[in-house]
Amino acid sequence: MQTSNLIIALLVMSALAYYFGYQRSQGFARQLGGVRNLHSLPTYYGMRVALWCGLPSVLLLFIGLAFEESIISKLLLSGLRADIRPNSIAEYNLLMNKIENLASGALSAEGVRPALLDAAAALAYLRDTSQRLFTAMAVLTAGIGGLWGWWKMSAQLRARQQVEKVFKGFLLLCASLAILTTLGILLSVIFESLRFFQQVPISEFLFGLEWSPQTAIRADQVGGSGSFGAVPLFLGTLLISLIAMMVAVPAGLMSAIYLAEYAGSKVRSFVKPTLEILAGVPTVVYGYFAALTVAPLIRATGADFGLSVTSESALAAGLVMGIMIIPFISSLADDVINAVPQTMRDGSLALGATHSETIKQVIIPAALPGIVGGVLLAVSRAIGETMIVVMAAGLAANLTVNPLETVTTVTVQIVTLLVGDQEFDSAKTLSAFALGLMLFLVTLGLNFIALRVVKKYREQYE
Amino acid sequence: MSSSSKDTTQQIRKSLAKRYRAEKRFRLYGVLAILFGLLCVATLFVDIIGKGHGAFRQTYIELTVNYDADILGVSDINDKQQLALGNYAGLVKKSLRSKFTDVSGRREKRELYTLVSNSAEYELADRIKTSPSLLGQSEKLWVLADDDIDTYFKSLNRSDGPFIGRTSEKQQQWIQSLIDEGGIKLRFNSNFFKTGDSREPEQAGIGGAIVGSLFTLFITLVISFPIGVAAAVYLEEFAPKNRWTDFIEVNINNLAAVPSIIFGLLGLAIFINFFHVPRSVPIIGGLVLAVMTLPTIIISSRAAIKSVPPSIREAGIGIGASPVQVVLHHVLPLALPGMLTGTIIGMAQALGETAPLLMIGMVAFIVDVPGGFTDPATVLPVQIFLWADSPERAFVEKTSAAIMVLLAFLITMNTLAVVLRKRLERRW
Repeated sequence: MQTSNLIIALLVMSALAYYFGYQRSQGFARQLGGVRNLHSLPTYYGMRVALWCGLPSVLLLFIGLAFEESIISKLLLSGLRADIRPNSIAEYNLLMNKIENLASGALSAEGVRPALLDAAAALAYLRDTSQRLFTAMAVLTAGIGGLWGWWKMSAQLRARQQVEKVFKGFLLLCASLAILTTLGILLSVIFESLRFFQQVPISEFLFGLEWSPQTAIRADQVGGSGSFGAVPLFLGTLLISLIAMMVAVPAGLMSAIYLAEYAGSKVRSFVKPTLEILAGVPTVVYGYFAALTVAPLIRATGADFGLSVTSESALAAGLVMGIMIIPFISSLADDVINAVPQTMRDGSLALGATHSETIKQVIIPAALPGIVGGVLLAVSRAIGETMIVVMAAGLAANLTVNPLETVTTVTVQIVTLLVGDQEFDSAKTLSAFALGLMLFLVTLGLNFIALRVVKKYREQYE
Repeated sequence: MSSSSKDTTQQIRKSLAKRYRAEKRFRLYGVLAILFGLLCVATLFVDIIGKGHGAFRQTYIELTVNYDADILGVSDINDKQQLALGNYAGLVKKSLRSKFTDVSGRREKRELYTLVSNSAEYELADRIKTSPSLLGQSEKLWVLADDDIDTYFKSLNRSDGPFIGRTSEKQQQWIQSLIDEGGIKLRFNSNFFKTGDSREPEQAGIGGAIVGSLFTLFITLVISFPIGVAAAVYLEEFAPKNRWTDFIEVNINNLAAVPSIIFGLLGLAIFINFFHVPRSVPIIGGLVLAVMTLPTIIISSRAAIKSVPPSIREAGIGIGASPVQVVLHHVLPLALPGMLTGTIIGMAQALGETAPLLMIGMVAFIVDVPGGFTDPATVLPVQIFLWADSPERAFVEKTSAAIMVLLAFLITMNTLAVVLRKRLERRW
C-alpha cells in the first residue's frame, strides 16, 4: 500500500476506534444509570481509544519512513556484485541514480550490464517488501493498540486526564521545535565547517587576506588550488553594512523623533503606514532596484565628477540596503521614544528647555539603550541581508574600503558557492558552511545582546 | 545695575534666538528625514511601474495563413503523426514572404522570419488540430511578434527616440508598413499569467511561478500554522516557569532574527542531504519557509492569547471546566482573529522570501507549470531574480511586471490582515 493510502487507512481505523470507544462508554452509562456516573464524558473515552489506535502506529510509520531509504540503500549496496561496487561517493551517487532509473523504468534496460539489472530488480524487490512490511506493521499496531485501549475501559477510567496529557505533550513538542530548529542549524553548519577546517586551517580562514575558492575538481586539472582567506569578505560585509547604517540610522531616527514628538495625528496616520511599506517590499525587489536603477545612476553621477565607479559598487548596494532598513529603525525607535514617561518631558519643558533641547538632552538619553538595541538588530539584519548584495554587489573579493569599488560579502559567497550542483567533499562547497557558521554566530551574538538591552530598558520604565 | 540686567536680557535674547534657530533646524531635519523616506517609496514604485506596465500588453502581427497541404507535408488529415510532424514553420515563413514581396537574399529572409516569435508555428499546429477542416483554406491570424520587435514597437513613441539596438533598418521599414496598414498592434498579454518560464522573452510568463508559489505557501501554512499556534498555547497557558521554558523563549526570539539564508543552509544540510527530500519541489521550499516563519507566527499568536482577559479563564475554571477545556473552548476562539492576522503577515513574508530557496535548488529553469507538490517548481521572487539576471532587454519589462504582480499579492495580503484585525478584534 502506498504511504498516503496507509495514512488514510490508519485515520479510518482511528475513527472506528473512536466510535467503538464511544459506544462502549455509553454502554457503561446505561448500566450505571446515566452519563453522569462516568468519570469522563463519552467523547473522551472515544478519543482515548482513537489515540491508542492511531498514535503508536503513526509514530512507527514516521520512524520507519525516516530510515527506510538509508536502510534500503545499505542493503542494496551490500548485495552488489564486486565488479560494480563503487569506490567513491561520486561513483556511488551515479550508480544509485542509474539503478533508481532502471528500477522506475525511466532508463531502458537495453544494453545495460546484467549486474546492474539484477541490482535494479533487487531494489524493486526491497521497496516492495518494505512497503508490505510497513503496511502490515502499521495496521497490526493500530489494531492491537485500539483493542488494548478498548479492553482497558471502565467507568472509573480517568479518560479526560489521559487525553489531556497527550494533548499537552503535543503542545510541548511543538514548542520545543524551536530548540530543535536551532540545534538543526547549529549541527548543519558545524559539521560541514569541521570538515572544511580539516582541509583548510582555521587561522588561514579567519586571517587570510585572499579569497578565491576555485579548487580543482579533478586531480589532474590545471587550476587554482584555492585560497580561503575570508578577511576580504568580512571587510566587504562591514563596508556595505556601514554605508547602509549611515543612511538608515539618521533617516530612521529623525523620522521616528519627528513622528513621535512633532507630527500631528493626521500626518502620523499617513506617514507611518507609508514608511512601513518599505519594510514589506521583498528584498529581491530592492536588489533589482539597486542593480538596474541606483547603480547606473551612481555610475553616471560619478562620471560627471570625473570618478570611475564600477557598476557593482558597494555604494549602490549599501544605499538601497539603508533604505530597506529605515522603517525597521524608525518603528523600533518610535516604540522606545513613546515609552519614555511623559513626566520627564513635562519636567524638562517646565524648566524652559525648547522642544528640541528636551528631545536631545532628556528623551534621547533616556531612550538610548532601546535605540542602541534597535540599531544592533538592524546591523544584524544588514549583515545577513542576501538578495540586495547578490544582485547589486559583485563577486570579486577586493580588499578595499573604497565604496566606489566592487566588494563582495559573506552572503554573496554562500549563495554563489551553493547554487547549482555541489559536491559535498570539496573545500569549495564546505567553505560556504564555514561562512554560514560565522554569519550565524555573529548575528546570534548581536541579537542576543540587542534583545537583552531592549528587555532591560523596557523593565526600567514599566 | 540696570545696565547689567539689560546686558543679561540682551544675552538671553540672543541666545534665545539661537536656540529657536536650533529648534527650527532640528524640526527641519525631521521633515527632511520623512521626505527622504517618502521619496524612496515613491521612486521605488514609479520606477517599477514605469518599467513594467508595458509588459501587460504584447505586440501581435497579423498574418494571412494558407494551410497548404503540400508545404505542411500532410496528406491525410486524420493521421496524427503526420499532423505532429507537419512543417508549420514553413507556413509561417510563406505567409511572411507573401506579405512582404520585396525580400531578397538569405540575410533579408532571415531578418523577415525573425519578425514573429517561434511560438507562431505551435499556434498554427494547435489551430489545425482543433479544426482539421482548415487544411487547404486561408485565414487571418494575429500571431505573437518577436521580443526585439516588441521592444522596438513599444518604444516608438518615446520622447528620446525609439530603441533601435536590436532591429535592422529593413525590419523597421516593414514595421512601418505594418503600422500603416494596421497589421500590427498591442493586445492584452494573457499569456503572461498563464505560461511558465521561457528563454524567449515574448513567451515567458509568471503562471508557473505563481502556481509554484501557491503550492509552496500551502505547505508552509499547513505546517507552520498548527505548530505555531500549539507552541504559543503551550508557552502562554501551560508552560511552567522553569529553565526549559526560558530556553525555548530565548530560542524563539533569536530565531526570529536569524538571517533567512541560514535557513537555506539548514534545508540543504538537514532536509536534503540527511532526510533525502527531493530538491526544487514545493515540499522542500514549503518546509524551509515554514521553519523560517514559525517564530513570527508563535510571537504574534502569543500576543493574541495574552490579550484574552484572565476573567474568561477564571469563569471557565469556576464552572468546572479543565484548563485544556478552557483553552480549547474559550481562549482559542477568542484569540483566533489575532492569530490569523499574524499568520497572514508571516505568509506575506514567506511569499516574498528568496534567499533560502536559492540554496535548495528552486532556481532551476522550469518551463512547465507545476501540477503538484512534488513537481519541480520555482516561486515568484525567484523568477524575478532569474529574469533580472537575463541579458535580453525585453526581460527588464517582464521582471518589473512580475514585481508588480508580487507587490499586488503582498499588498492584498497585508490589507486583508489589517481589515481582519479591525473587523474581528475585540477590545476588552
